Amino acid sequence: MPRIVGIDLGTTNSLVAYMKDGVPTVIPGRGGRTMVPSVVAMTDNGLIVGDPAKEHLTRNPARTVYSVKRFMGKGLADVQSELAYFPYSLTEQGGVIRIKLGDKSYSPPQISAMILKDLKQRAEAHLGESISKAVITVPAYFNDSQRQATKDAGMIAGLEVVRIINEPTAASLAYGLQQKTQGTIAVYDLGGGTFDISILKLKDGIFEVLATNGDTHLGGDDIDRRVADLFVNEIRGAFDINLMDYPDHMQIVRLEAERAKIRLSDSEKTEIAIDLPEGKGRFTRELTRDQLEALTTDIVERTLGPCRLALKDAGLTPEGINEVVLVGGSTRMPMVRDRVQALFGKQPHCHLNPDEVVALGAAVQADILTGGTTDMLLLDVTPLSLGIETMGGVMSSLIRRNTTIPASAKEMFTTYVDGQTGVDIHILQGERELVKDNRSLARFRLKVPPLPAGVPRIEVTFLIDANGILNVKASDMRTGQSQSIEVKPSYGLSDNEVERMIEDSFKFAQEDVSARKLIEARLDAAALFTTTEKSLAEGGTLISEKDAAAVRVALAALNAAKEGNDPKAIRARMAELEEAAKPLSVAMLDNSLKRGLQGKKVSEVTKG
Amino acid sequence: MDHTQTQNTGRRELQMARSMCWHCQSEVSGEYFCERCVKVQPVSKEADYFTCLGFPRRLTIDPQKLEAKFYELSRAFHPDFYQNKSETEQAISLSNAATLNTAYRTLRDPIQRAEYLLAIEAGAVKEIRTTPPADLFEEILELQETLEEYRASDQSSQTGQHLRSKLQSEQHTLEERKQEMETQLQHLFVEWDALQDRGEATSDARTQRDRLLKGMREILSNRTYVRNIVNDLVATIG
Repeated sequence: MPRIVGIDLGTTNSLVAYMKDGVPTVIPGRGGRTMVPSVVAMTDNGLIVGDPAKEHLTRNPARTVYSVKRFMGKGLADVQSELAYFPYSLTEQGGVIRIKLGDKSYSPPQISAMILKDLKQRAEAHLGESISKAVITVPAYFNDSQRQATKDAGMIAGLEVVRIINEPTAASLAYGLQQKTQGTIAVYDLGGGTFDISILKLKDGIFEVLATNGDTHLGGDDIDRRVADLFVNEIRGAFDINLMDYPDHMQIVRLEAERAKIRLSDSEKTEIAIDLPEGKGRFTRELTRDQLEALTTDIVERTLGPCRLALKDAGLTPEGINEVVLVGGSTRMPMVRDRVQALFGKQPHCHLNPDEVVALGAAVQADILTGGTTDMLLLDVTPLSLGIETMGGVMSSLIRRNTTIPASAKEMFTTYVDGQTGVDIHILQGERELVKDNRSLARFRLKVPPLPAGVPRIEVTFLIDANGILNVKASDMRTGQSQSIEVKPSYGLSDNEVERMIEDSFKFAQEDVSARKLIEARLDAAALFTTTEKSLAEGGTLISEKDAAAVRVALAALNAAKEGNDPKAIRARMAELEEAAKPLSVAMLDNSLKRGLQGKKVSEVTKG
Repeated sequence: MDHTQTQNTGRRELQMARSMCWHCQSEVSGEYFCERCVKVQPVSKEADYFTCLGFPRRLTIDPQKLEAKFYELSRAFHPDFYQNKSETEQAISLSNAATLNTAYRTLRDPIQRAEYLLAIEAGAVKEIRTTPPADLFEEILELQETLEEYRASDQSSQTGQHLRSKLQSEQHTLEERKQEMETQLQHLFVEWDALQDRGEATSDARTQRDRLLKGMREILSNRTYVRNIVNDLVATIG
């Protein structure tokens, strides 16, 4: 069984972890940082991801994508209200958002795939083996389209997504593994862009989710935005500058707002300083924690409704919760902790790093799937009711929210009219009465043999698998034959599109490789150039003028090649320079040996 | 859309659809796994939820024991433990786990359990009441009028406040009624279980059986009616 890694694909940051000798461990990058910023930038030298891409947020905002998770499984209409906040341009095609970067458009799964690939390479470099399978976490309240989009992202990145698991439940696995807790726990997970609450019963290694609720559009991003709006308004008032006209400065303000928020988790007040565009001066102000809290208290309040609903669905009161666990970077805010404590009437736990605990849990689940951990089992639920459209635009529920998955429901269909050959089925997800208030997942047409009305009997099985993803099967009860169904997702990529994106991704991978080769060649060339130049300055007198001239010629040639785009040419000029510089290095080595030998006895020299 | 609800009506007499291991073709004697090749076996399509969870067809079930059995079977069937297995085994595991989850959800709740038992014992479609039960007729009629009045009134006015408190006390009364029905049901459950335990095949036993099923069905449908009224009330007065 090949290794499966656990990936937390976050709104703001992403991480990859694995099970190391029974202990879930996050894999650090070269710099030792465990988190990869979920940022992708299109530069002149190709696509870059993570920390280097984050630098492009302010330099090249129109071509730098952040918070792409907010767009997964969504159409443009879903994000209309916040379009103004994003500096990159969004369009829609076939119900799926597309992000324009340069002359190409990318779907959110493709952008997410770039982040996943970066994590994959990180894991491969660290573990020294090829990685092809992963468990990826999603917010518990993600609907079917959002889960499917995440799975698509994995495929595009060349990863088989063996399981999609919910972030709060993943956290509970990591937490349960360490604490060996029994009882009822509430996991409150407030991340960069999403909020989840899950209530679980832990007993004898079984992690049974009793209820889950949340908001997939509520997180730290919203808090930053509120603070940034305040700064933008104040700048407009004091300097008569509308920063909305300066996308790069909007990013500076957004990042400054985020940093100020983080600082205010530890201190009572902080200084803000923002350089204004076109040398129009500097905006400074003090921001206190009280001010931040007053400004954003309604955002935090919005998390409490889902908490109460989850408690109700679990049939519990706050007293019935033994422990409250905090997950997600936004739970570092003291106001969040206070509200959670007030609601549940107990001090929340935060023993584990809230940024890493989800990735750690994904690694535990990966280990369960490989057969390493056998005593733990997660029984999760579907967060939203699944149903179909019936007459009068009403949704008829087939699988209720908070049903343990895998879950299935069977429904019998027949015809109204003699000779009718098809029945259209519209699948929905949501808690509202009317179709229009729920989320459309997919449509398909059931093929029916032409028979008198009411005679055909087609049984359709709706199955939500352990990933929380819907599978549909149909069989003719008269003939016993099953029929394959082509489901057209309402907000998702078609299978063909995913196929094409996988192919594209291989192409990009080649482009990426050549871009990386060029960058590496240039770096190596620069290093060789500098050292050779230095040697020539120090030891030029030790060699003949002819040899020295040859070195100078080779140096100039390399310098010229370095500016070009051909890594092979650069490597060739490097080899030529090394060749030309041989007399120089030999002479310098001789010289230093001679100097080293001075004042030493023969016996001392020969000993070594 | 044209569709009719599938009813979970099993057979009175349990029939095992499978008798042979799908893999090694030996007679399956193990409960969930073939005793010869140890492959997981699909839960029979004909098996009712009681059989599926290994409980006799009784209405009183110890929730602790039910949960323990559910956990035990989850460990046996959950797809997490079939990741390295063949596609067939993965499909069986998925389908078994889905059936198990439905069975547990149905039997865990005493009301759903009774409704399910009625369906498999009497083949009854769940009866949906559209008129109030006879003994509640007057009361419900009056309540509907008050509700209409309240909806039409200025709810912050004194009349509105008065109607509201009237509705609240009605809600209280109906909830008490629902409680009473549940107590009556409990008694019938005990009687049913005792009758089953005796296992008599006399005509008297059959009469008893029919009486109990009829009684349970009536109370269950009245209870559903009252519950819907209460939900409606709560939605209106908050």
